[in-house]
Amino acid sequence: MYAKIVLIKDTDTTREEKTREAYTRLLDCLREDNLHDHVQVVRVSDIGIYEHGLVVKIHPDNITYANVQEPDLKKIADSIKDSKVIEELVFKPNVRQLRLVLRNCGKIDPESIDEYIASEGYLGLKKAVSDLGQQKLIDEIKLSAIRGRGGAGYPTWLKWNFAREVNADQKFVICNADEGDPGAYMDRSILEGDPHSVIEGLAIAAFAIGASKGYFYVRAEYPLAVERISKAIRQAYDYGLLGKNILGTSFNLDLEIRLGAGAFVCGEETALISSIEGKRGTPHPRPPYPSVRGLWGKPTVINNVETLANIPQIVLKGGKWFSKIGTQTSKGTKVFAVTGKVKNSGLVEIAMGATLREIVMDICGGTLSGKPIKAVQTGGPSGGVIPQGLLDTPIDYENLQKLGSIMGSGGMIVMDEDDCMVDITKFYLGFCVEESCGKCAPCRIGGFQMLNYLKKISEGRGEINDLSQLRRLSLAMQKASLCGLGQTASNPVLSTLKYFEAEYNEHILNKHCPAGKCSHLVTYNIIEDKCKRCGLCFTNCPVNAIVGDKEKGYSIIQEKCIKCGRCFDVCKFKAILKK
Amino acid sequence: MAKVISAKINGILLRVEEGTTILEAAKRVQIKIPTLCKHPDLPASASCGICIVKNRGSNKMLRSCCTPLEEGMDITTHDPEIIEIRRTVIELILSNHPNDCLKCARNNQCELQNLTADFGIKEESFPQFLRDLPIDQSTKAVDLDPKKCILCGRCVYVCQECQDVWALSFLERGMQTRISPAGDIQLSDSPCVKCGQCAAHCPTGAFVEQDNTSQVWKALQDPDKYCVVQIAPAVRVSIGEAFGYVGKNFTKKLYALLRRLGFHAVFDTSFGADVTIMEEASEFEERLLHGSRPLPLITSCCPSWVDFMEKFYTDMIDHFSSCKSPHEILGVLSKTYYAEKNKIDPAKIFMASIMPCTSKKYEITRNDEMFASGYQDIDAVLCTRELVRMIKQAGIDFESLPEEECDSILGEYAGAGVIFGSTGGVMEAALRTAHYFITGKELKKVAFESVRGIKGVKETEIEIDGKKLRIAVAHGLGNVEYILNKVREAKINNKEIPYHFIEVMACPGGCVGGGGQPYMVTDELRIKRAQALYEDDNEKKIRCSHQNPYIKRLYKEFLGKPLSEKSEKLLHVHYKARPIYVK
Repeated sequence: MYAKIVLIKDTDTTREEKTREAYTRLLDCLREDNLHDHVQVVRVSDIGIYEHGLVVKIHPDNITYANVQEPDLKKIADSIKDSKVIEELVFKPNVRQLRLVLRNCGKIDPESIDEYIASEGYLGLKKAVSDLGQQKLIDEIKLSAIRGRGGAGYPTWLKWNFAREVNADQKFVICNADEGDPGAYMDRSILEGDPHSVIEGLAIAAFAIGASKGYFYVRAEYPLAVERISKAIRQAYDYGLLGKNILGTSFNLDLEIRLGAGAFVCGEETALISSIEGKRGTPHPRPPYPSVRGLWGKPTVINNVETLANIPQIVLKGGKWFSKIGTQTSKGTKVFAVTGKVKNSGLVEIAMGATLREIVMDICGGTLSGKPIKAVQTGGPSGGVIPQGLLDTPIDYENLQKLGSIMGSGGMIVMDEDDCMVDITKFYLGFCVEESCGKCAPCRIGGFQMLNYLKKISEGRGEINDLSQLRRLSLAMQKASLCGLGQTASNPVLSTLKYFEAEYNEHILNKHCPAGKCSHLVTYNIIEDKCKRCGLCFTNCPVNAIVGDKEKGYSIIQEKCIKCGRCFDVCKFKAILKK
Repeated sequence: MAKVISAKINGILLRVEEGTTILEAAKRVQIKIPTLCKHPDLPASASCGICIVKNRGSNKMLRSCCTPLEEGMDITTHDPEIIEIRRTVIELILSNHPNDCLKCARNNQCELQNLTADFGIKEESFPQFLRDLPIDQSTKAVDLDPKKCILCGRCVYVCQECQDVWALSFLERGMQTRISPAGDIQLSDSPCVKCGQCAAHCPTGAFVEQDNTSQVWKALQDPDKYCVVQIAPAVRVSIGEAFGYVGKNFTKKLYALLRRLGFHAVFDTSFGADVTIMEEASEFEERLLHGSRPLPLITSCCPSWVDFMEKFYTDMIDHFSSCKSPHEILGVLSKTYYAEKNKIDPAKIFMASIMPCTSKKYEITRNDEMFASGYQDIDAVLCTRELVRMIKQAGIDFESLPEEECDSILGEYAGAGVIFGSTGGVMEAALRTAHYFITGKELKKVAFESVRGIKGVKETEIEIDGKKLRIAVAHGLGNVEYILNKVREAKINNKEIPYHFIEVMACPGGCVGGGGQPYMVTDELRIKRAQALYEDDNEKKIRCSHQNPYIKRLYKEFLGKPLSEKSEKLLHVHYKARPIYVK
């Protein structure tokens, strides 16, 4: 059993030798200090930091040193021995993640209410019910200016206040945990990593509006999240933090879990309500807004997981504290799930106002391929692409909207030059078409028709008029659809048309996909000069489209080729030309 | 008192009660915003997206059908952009619709077709996409062609919320969405009660009555057939709508018309209603005074209601009047009494019923008792809409027809018989005669106003012979639950029965609002149709069934007395529990 673990990696190069040299040297130094039995040194292939020289991380102290020079290794060994920190070597990233929402994730045992309480847990609820009362509580939330993290960015306090002002014998709070954007898992991580923070947030919301019943609407595809919330709810009941006379006051709250059956549209408030009521999950016209007439006709506040996870901290530290974080219009932090072509994909929590470039380059380490970034997609299927040139835009609700995208729930997909904008648009629109509830004509048929135009273009059958049809349909969907899904489903189309129209034209006019993604527009040929006649492509072609033999060489019969790219992948001599 | 708000629509300042939708408010200033999914009879489903409007200062467009006008709004209902978007949406709907208008039952009466014409759409802008879905003709009453469905949801709403039948629902999602009974079964295997409200509210040809006109034309051509016909009360006050008359009674023109179409004898279902009353009032008297069977007595002249009861309220079978519906009674009498009197071979008689109803199509073969004459008592049922088509096919100038009388001895009716077409009418007619049967005295005032009107459930108390009788009238099957739950509860707890006599009609408004009536029905229209029936009653010299000399003659010459053995055999039925879902 080692007392400490040291991770080491040279982040300037992919050459393993450099790391190995440093590793050997560090081991020597540790041996000199007689620490080699206590400290384990591990060479890692990725340390989450890029282009900062030799990086050394020491666990469990959570110390990171960057740009470490060879002589520094001895100092590091000595510092471990003396339990000291070498300040001048400590890694200082350009952008620090600011973990408010994810503050406990990975730090406390999510299945232990005691650990949550030990890290200021349920103090917010206590303050709310014992000290603040409803009005002051809502005032604090107003002061914090927090906006809903589910996508639309509606001021949370306003929602609460509407519901509070309605006279009703019963009110409800609902935690919307029907996270469904492709590639997004912010809410899931919070629910799995810190379920009590969400329960506490929901309890505070319930107290604020006078609700005595709450629901977690969680998608059934999140079994661990469901398990952890169930457990956390039971613990909270045991501790008198749920149920009757919470914390000795007259505040009562019962919480229940409802599983969503995996329909994306059920994340929309009115559809979610229908689903809880046991009806078909389709949206309904608003007004009446749920905060006035919601679940079973009663005032209902529906907040997203991330919004609720913010609430306990806001209550505890005050709205003013929160309002100092972020930009003029968008306060606090936002969690993004960064995926795609980045070196370091994962959850990133930053203060509002950080730029996309900071997230993608500084925190996530740029592209994996080393190729330039082409665009970043935000906001999931309702969002849009932001081209490379606009990556320095500070992130907030308004800025993203101006660029033709949205904050959404926080999905972020990074694309490099190998990504085709027509293809990516087809993917997102296809998602919305698949997830359309079918209720309203503009979304149901409009999305379907648009998807067909995109398919046509990506298959080389596009006509230039198709672009104006796409624009026309986009407008009709935006303006005439009933719910957010339909109104925003065309955003990926509009934003790619805005920034990458040339790429569409290339597909339509020259029947060419610059990224080589649209398989119908790609051809594979064998470059005779480079071909070593090894026959690997021949044996690997699944449709026998490659003919020839080791004597005469090989060629591809285009009519038979299904553009699967197998030959291209297996060729060791780069003798397959893809274009 | 609702708060009044002021706002602008197309620059016109107006004041309306808070909660008024933009669509409704616009009508007050003479602006008709185009709609497709919205039916004036039903709440907005907000599914088509055509009624969008702009509000100054907002980037979004609002759906006027479901958005209330708010204080200070400045609404624009049309500009080039709005019109263009509406056109796009219509074109999208057309891209998912067969567009075979010439061969559609709704040709010339289709709301989608009208809109397409209004917007001058001449070509298909978007590629056509249709699913290959079969037509469901299983009910023999209402046909469903899902390809023509635009998913407005009206039928689902009427079936679930108004009628409480829940036969129809949305299946699947996205482009695969369609209307079907849950479990993707045939309508005949579903809870469907054939009321036809789906067809009456459908904007396109997705739900239409099963067409029996060719069967009737064929019979009329057949020299071996002796064709007779009857018209239901509610038809005479609605058929005028096809020719631009609202709330007008066309009884005598209809008699003339039917003769012109080739029928040998023209009868009136209202006479059958008078017979129904004789039997039903006697049944009531029997139950009230002698307690042979339990009270309350529940009326049974509506086949959809009977079907509903046999599926959902089987514990009420004992309470049901065993008396047949008026048109079935007239059917059996035409092939027995009339045939005997006129020495016509009943095998040759072809009886057609002109009904406001789709369910009657189902009723005529619903069990063996519909063959009481030894033949199928009713050979064909046409609903009002089908008759309109026949008039047009025959090229008859309906409006200019002379007025004629019906044929004896199954035609002349009392006022009581004709009000059968409206909610409360059966009850009122029955009370008039029941009063006489119980007390032996005639009523001074025959009108029972408390059972009239469009309110969904009407409860009242009347006094006969010093005895207070509790009465309930419900129309629209969704209103039945309230009444029957009270009965159930009293039965379970051995408490005094909440009612003595209950009338139920399946369709909102009763038969005047029937599933086979002219389109675009609203409560306003139902009231006008009913008023015309009450006027007919009011103008009649004889207003009680038992006073009708032809009724007296029928009993004297043929039936003996009400509930006689012969009556029981010919005019009464038995009920049985049916499965809600046929497996």
